[in-house]
Order: sequence, then structure tokens, then C-alpha cells
Amino acid sequence: MSSPTAQQRTERLLNLVIALLSTRRWLSKEQIRTAVPQYAAGESSEAFDRMFERDKEELRELGVPLVTGSDSAWFSDEIGYRIDREAYALPEISFTAAELAVLGLASRVWQQASLAGPAARALVKLKALGVETDEGSLIGVEPRVRTSEPAFEPLYAAARDRAPVSFTYATARTGQVAQRLVEPWVITSWHGRWYLVGHDRDRDDTRVFRLDRVTGTVRRIGEAGMFDVPDGVDARALVSGMASEGPARTTRVRLAPGAGQGLRLRAGAAGGNDVVTVPFHDVAEVAETVAGLGPDAVVEEPDDVREAVVERLRGALAAHRGTTS
Amino acid sequence: MTGGAADHLSRLLAMVPWLLARQGVPLAEAAQQFGLTEDELVKDLELLFVCGTPGHMPDDLIEADWESGKVYLDNADAIARPLRLGLDEAMALLVGLRTLADVRGVAGRDALEGALAKLSTAAGDAGAAASAVQVDLATGAGPDVLATCRTALQQHRRLHLRYLVAARDESTERDVDPMRLVSLDGRWYLEGWCHRADDVRLFRLDRVIEATELDHDGTPPPQAVGRDLDSDLFRPGPDDLLVTLELGPAARWVADYYPVESSVESSGAAVGGLTIGLRTAETAWLRRLMVRLGGTARVVDPPDLARDVAEAAEQALAAYSGSPAPD
Repeated sequence: MSSPTAQQRTERLLNLVIALLSTRRWLSKEQIRTAVPQYAAGESSEAFDRMFERDKEELRELGVPLVTGSDSAWFSDEIGYRIDREAYALPEISFTAAELAVLGLASRVWQQASLAGPAARALVKLKALGVETDEGSLIGVEPRVRTSEPAFEPLYAAARDRAPVSFTYATARTGQVAQRLVEPWVITSWHGRWYLVGHDRDRDDTRVFRLDRVTGTVRRIGEAGMFDVPDGVDARALVSGMASEGPARTTRVRLAPGAGQGLRLRAGAAGGNDVVTVPFHDVAEVAETVAGLGPDAVVEEPDDVREAVVERLRGALAAHRGTTS
Repeated sequence: MTGGAADHLSRLLAMVPWLLARQGVPLAEAAQQFGLTEDELVKDLELLFVCGTPGHMPDDLIEADWESGKVYLDNADAIARPLRLGLDEAMALLVGLRTLADVRGVAGRDALEGALAKLSTAAGDAGAAASAVQVDLATGAGPDVLATCRTALQQHRRLHLRYLVAARDESTERDVDPMRLVSLDGRWYLEGWCHRADDVRLFRLDRVIEATELDHDGTPPPQAVGRDLDSDLFRPGPDDLLVTLELGPAARWVADYYPVESSVESSGAAVGGLTIGLRTAETAWLRRLMVRLGGTARVVDPPDLARDVAEAAEQALAAYSGSPAPD
């Protein structure tokens, strides 16, 4: 027996869906076998059983509400099938043309990423409701993320299902490799990279993982729905490292004329004044930025920023000393 | 894998109600809607044509007609309504909408909020699951930069930009005909025809100091062709200078951040570090990077660049000569 082509399988599934949607009564397996020509053509009932089991599974994965039951008082042990028509259909939602355009933009966020298929299918379903879209105001706008990390799909699915996972991870700072057991709370894209925020079971603490440092296979080590995500997890803040930095401070920096354009922009003082007040959260970060400008930027205050800059300048000098002539 | 048939079925179940609501739609338009060629769409229609309700007599089958180049569909009552959104489908759109809602000026506020509210109602449980994914596409630009650029793009107006060229630490002025606004690896860019460069340029929105719409038509000239942003946009040229850097553990991130040509784990004293090679046309940014790394990284080659770094650090230190010395 030759295996059916993809085309024939699609036909079979479509006929099955139509049969189960158009029946008012429960259809027994034998009735289904007769109703769908691609089943009827099969030779053995074992082959039919196998196909039917697989097809049921496939329909459920697509979200088709396949239900079982019986309306026969005499043959109550025989299970019947049908599709719950109310649960099958997308509710009537009346989107405006502008809303549909925004939904189109939302689906395009994924066009280079692993949710591209679901995003496009969802949009087509919404458009099937009959509204015409008005994309005029959004032409040329292309928001998008990429998901090139192989760990994205399994970690996305695990976070979606709240299933704990294990994976091999190379720590960012040292490159040290270790097995981690994690309850995945949120996966988040920040500055073009994907991160996982979750509970590290061995360390019994919240940890942030970069997806491109996950190596090998991501394995589920528990059932879906095994943990709850605590309220108030601010994944973005954890990832950006801003969570524990406290309130914003400012530092006064003297710039050489025309220099330090980035700092001027940040200080909201792109004009002529050469002494600017720069907001910051992290002393190390602002000190690095100022140090990078070399003699063109000098911190006037506060002292901790001054000292942090001096420390970096001395470090850079020491590392490159002996090269001055 | 069985994904092929399931995906295909999913497409057909969405296509049927879409076509039923648009009797007589041109083949080409329908094909484009589903990301198909016309031939592929015809294959789908041929498949629909042989499916139908049990019995499968001619009266039971879906009627599809596309001979005239326009598509007519009938007798498909059972699947006339679209299938509700699957979990991934609802999540993809919800996460997308929430992402856009955080990007000021990217789309109309009313439309965004309306779509989000209506979709959340229709999506049910997916609303909660969608918080498992967060995407940050904030521009990092001034409050009105994106909105100003979008309006100019939509109305084909020329823009005047004050723009920071970070590699040269220089503020520049230029007129630009906007072509598109695109986010790429977490950053937003305006692509446009730059009248100063007489060429297509990408401008990072977080480096736009000020954007002003000019009272001047901003249709880009015919020779302005958008770049393929998925190609090797930022790949340096082979004639660029090859620089060798030794990165300590604290500076390893540099290897991830810049396009690196070679990377070798360090041994001996520098354990935990990396030795990398990268090519660049300009060295001013590298000198600045090496000073900011504060000795956690070292220029191995070329020696001229190492000398520049040492001199910049030494001159800068002179301004702090009042500071207490370590030890």
C-alpha cells in the first residue's frame, strides 16, 4: 500500500472536518469511515484506525474542538464524534479598518521569526470576518524581531505551557558551561537579543539567561502548568539590569566644544553649552561612556563618577603603556 | 512530520470564509493575500473542488470557479466561518500588539487600543499566556521622532534631520526623503534618500537629535532602492584594517557585539578571555572603545592604535590630576 501524498492527506482532513461539522448527530467511527472517501478507500481497518487516530490528534492541535459522546439509548457504549460548531467558529468581532491595519502590523512583527506562520494565519482568519483593511498610514513601517536562536521554540513553548525545563548554559561572564534546571517565566527580546527570565531551581533564585548561550537540547522535566509565575515579575527591568540600580542620578560633565554629541543628546542639551548634566542609573556605565571620549570629556561631579572614570583611564593606560614613545 | 498537511488544512479553512466574503475577487489579489503564487492558489481551489459533505455527489461538493480570473466559491456552508484562533496564533498577535503599544508614535493610539481590547476578548486564555513573551522595540529616540518620520513617510514629505554620527562624534544636518521605518535587532532605523550623501542611508532613530518635516515633496528619486536588510548590511569590507584585540573576561561581550572575524580562547595568564580579530574602516570608535574598557581589553595589533589608546588615556588623566592616586 502506498502512503498517501500530502495533497491526499489534506483532502482527507478537510473532508473529515466538513463531515463532523455538518452532522447534527454523533458519527460513529464506522460512519466516519464511510463518510470520508479517503478512509473508505483504505484496505484494512487497522490502517483506518491508525489514520483516524492521527487525524484526530492533528485536528485537536489545530484547535478544532472535536468532541465525543453518544445520543443512543440502545448503543450507549458506542462513542460518537462531532465538532462543536459554536466552539469551532471565531466569534464575530467587528474590527474597524484601522484596527485591522494595526493587527496586520502586529503580525508583521514576526515575519522574520518563528511565530511567522501562526501570526499570518491569525491575520487571515480575522480578515475572513469580511472587513477590508486600511494600511495607508502604516505603509513603510516594519517593526520586526528575529528568532535565530535554536532555543527559542522549545523555550517559548515551555514558557507558554508553564513547563519546567533543563538545558546546558554557558555563563556570559566566564563562558563556564553547566546544566541548569529552570522554571521559565518570561522570554523577552531586548536590544535585539532574546532572554529567558525564570526560577533557577538549583540556585533557588531568579535568573536571566541569554538564549544564544543555551547549547544542546532543551528538555522538559515536568508537566505543563507545574508552576505559577509570581505577580509583578518585571522581565524587562531584570534583563536591562536596571531593576536594582535605584533612582536615576545625574553627573555634570565638561565637554570640549563640538565633542560628546552622544552625551549632549542624552542630556537633552544638544545646543551650545559645553557643560552638560547627564542622567544615569549605573556609575560603571556612565563612567565608561565618559572615559571613551578621552580628553574631550571631564566629569566635574559627583566624586564616585569622577573616580570611576579615572580608574578606567588608568587601566587603559596601564594596558597600553610602553607603546607610547 | 505531519505539519505540512495540518498547515495546509489551516490555510484552506481560513481561505474559504475569506473568499466567500469576497465573491469575484481577482485570483492575483487572493493569491497575494495568502502568500501564494496564482498556480498554488489554483491548486488549493482544485482541492476544495473535490471536497464536500458525506455522499460526495456533485451536489455535495464545494463549488469553485476561477476560469474568468475571478474567484467564486459556493456550497461550503459547513466551513463558512473561520476557525477560532489557536493559542500560538492569538499569542503572536497579542504580543505583537503589546509590543507596538510600547513604541510611541508607531501607529494610531485608538486603533491600537481598540484592536487589543477586541482581540483579548476573542482570545480568551491566550491573553494570560501571551504575557510569557515580551518584545521591547522601544526606539530610544526623542518623543516625537518616530511619529514625525512616520507622518512624513505617509505624506511623502521631505525631512530635515539633525543627526549624530557616533563614529566621528559629530552632529550633522541633512535633508532626507523617507523610504521606510524599520526595526532591526532591537533598533529603529529610518531608511531614506540622503541629499547630502546623494545616496540611500540608514539613520538610527536614537541618534536623531531633531527631525523636522519640511514643506517640500519628499518622494525619493528613482535610483533610491531600499537595501536588503537581511543581507550582510554591516559586514566590513576586505580592504578594512585588521585589528587584533585581547579581551579579558569582563570584556568578552565585545566579541558578541561587533562583527568579529576570528575568535580564540585565551590560555595562560589571560585565562577566561578571548583573542579576537575584526576589520574596520575607521579606528576612532575603536580607540574610544578601548579607553572605555579601562584595561579589561588590550590592542595587540596594530601598534599605532595601541599608542593612540595610551595617549588618549594619558591626556584625559591630566584633567584629573587633582584626584588621589591609588595604592
